[in-house]
Amino acid sequence: MEINKELILKVAKNSRIKLTDKEIEEFVPQFKEILNSFSELDKINTENVNPSFHPVDIRNALREDKPKDSIPTEELLKNAKHKKGNYFLGPKAL
Amino acid sequence: MKVQEFIKKVQNKEIDIVEHTYKVLEECKKINKEYHYLNTISEELALRQAEAVNKNPKGKLAGLPISIKDSICVKDVESTAGSKILRGYKPYFHATAVEKAIKEGAIVIGKTSQDEFGFGGFATNVGIDLKIPLNPFDKNRATGGSSGGAGGLTQKASFAHIALGECTGGSIESPASFCGVFGLVPTYGRVSRYGLIDYANSFDKVGPLGKNIYDCALMLDVISGYDEKDSSSLNEKKDDFFNFLKKDIKGLKVGVIKESFGEGVDEKVSKHVWDGIKRLEKNGASYKETSLPITMKHGVPTYYLLATTEASTNLAKYCGMRYGASEELKGNFDEYFTDVRSKNFGKEAKRRLMLGTFARMSGFRDAYYIKAAKVRTLIIEEYKKALKNFDVLITPTMPILPPTFDELKKLTPLQDYMMDIMTVGPNLAGLPHMGVPVGFEKNLPVGMMIISDHLNEGKLLQVGKEFDKN
Repeated sequence: MEINKELILKVAKNSRIKLTDKEIEEFVPQFKEILNSFSELDKINTENVNPSFHPVDIRNALREDKPKDSIPTEELLKNAKHKKGNYFLGPKAL
Repeated sequence: MKVQEFIKKVQNKEIDIVEHTYKVLEECKKINKEYHYLNTISEELALRQAEAVNKNPKGKLAGLPISIKDSICVKDVESTAGSKILRGYKPYFHATAVEKAIKEGAIVIGKTSQDEFGFGGFATNVGIDLKIPLNPFDKNRATGGSSGGAGGLTQKASFAHIALGECTGGSIESPASFCGVFGLVPTYGRVSRYGLIDYANSFDKVGPLGKNIYDCALMLDVISGYDEKDSSSLNEKKDDFFNFLKKDIKGLKVGVIKESFGEGVDEKVSKHVWDGIKRLEKNGASYKETSLPITMKHGVPTYYLLATTEASTNLAKYCGMRYGASEELKGNFDEYFTDVRSKNFGKEAKRRLMLGTFARMSGFRDAYYIKAAKVRTLIIEEYKKALKNFDVLITPTMPILPPTFDELKKLTPLQDYMMDIMTVGPNLAGLPHMGVPVGFEKNLPVGMMIISDHLNEGKLLQVGKEFDKN
């Protein structure tokens, strides 16, 4: 796999990040160095090994299905700059 | 004054807590001007809490000033995880660990500086417009990170104080090492993550930093325990941590991880850590070298692929709506979110989010993310096997002495990541571990790391106390 400007721009787009020209110039060789080094994991035999998504055994934790108090609307809206009435305001969807 | 003496005096009403807190806040402001350990000083909250404690000086932490890493939520106090993208965010709730400490009479003095979202090992990757904390022993050097402000303030404060830090891949033990204090990382799930602004949810742990080992035991006693608000919280019995501080180490088996010495590790660091191991032997423990080949060779890529993948999804929520930084509402969803994120994330945050996005992208996911998750299994097994033969494992905490800022500037990101070689292992395995000050090289502190089996924090305290000056 070649790590080039095109790939970096694709990854940036998927991350919802727009890079400056200077950042692109820096990131291409840096990602090359990092990913080439990290490819060393290929050498490890992981046949029949299950992946670990947690370091300890986590059981499925469900609480009782009973309604609880939630955060009051006005408190939630306190931290938002863009709002209208009792709603958050976002960019246009259509 | 030591923490336990201070709390006793408060409980006996020998100290006016309002007056004391006022002095503490003044000292914090003075230290902060020079060293940048606090992103926010919560003066109003601290004085209000002090008045309440004056009236009722009870609780295990009565009147004790505590600092909180910026990534841990404190109600109505700006909590940004060191990022511009959370500028102005004031949570509606306390993190569970903070809530528990306050219930025991602690006074929250402020939010400590850190690498943005924990993305760093030196506390130099602070968010846009924020200041880098400076090492308490040499202002040209780094504090370690990401809980750099916590480590620096713990060393520098003249008052009794405990810091609440957070660790994902080394963020408590690295600053503990470079600032010459104790830093304890509990077993994953031992302390609730509720209210912690996440970096990588299968790694993040809240834990204490203190000048003395007793401070770590005390704070761990207060903050650990099951929390139904955190789905990964462990429902396990809490040990009597103080009891372990009284136990000697006779007969204890210490495993020295041999790959943690040699190439890439400063000889001066190795020498001090070996002196520490010899001290344990002199005091009754026995030691043997042991090998963790997969962990020590492949821990860094495994950690970075998994942690950045988790970060890339956890940080998807920062989009300029609901809370934190926002920009002028224009363009469609993607354009607006991209605009906010590009302007408010710092460079290392962008780098790690992209690395994580890459590792889980279609076509790469199996080769990077899933592969790393499988290697994580092998690493966990390697530790569990070693810990069948030993009570604790030992390595240096960091392979180098506290670096100067100029030295750090010369590192490529990969070289920077490689500095985490000692600390990523126990974090991948969710094992409790502790950074202890083991000596000084000229005027710079050296740290040693002790690792124990899951839920065996007591053994860390038992061994770590051998390095307590008092």
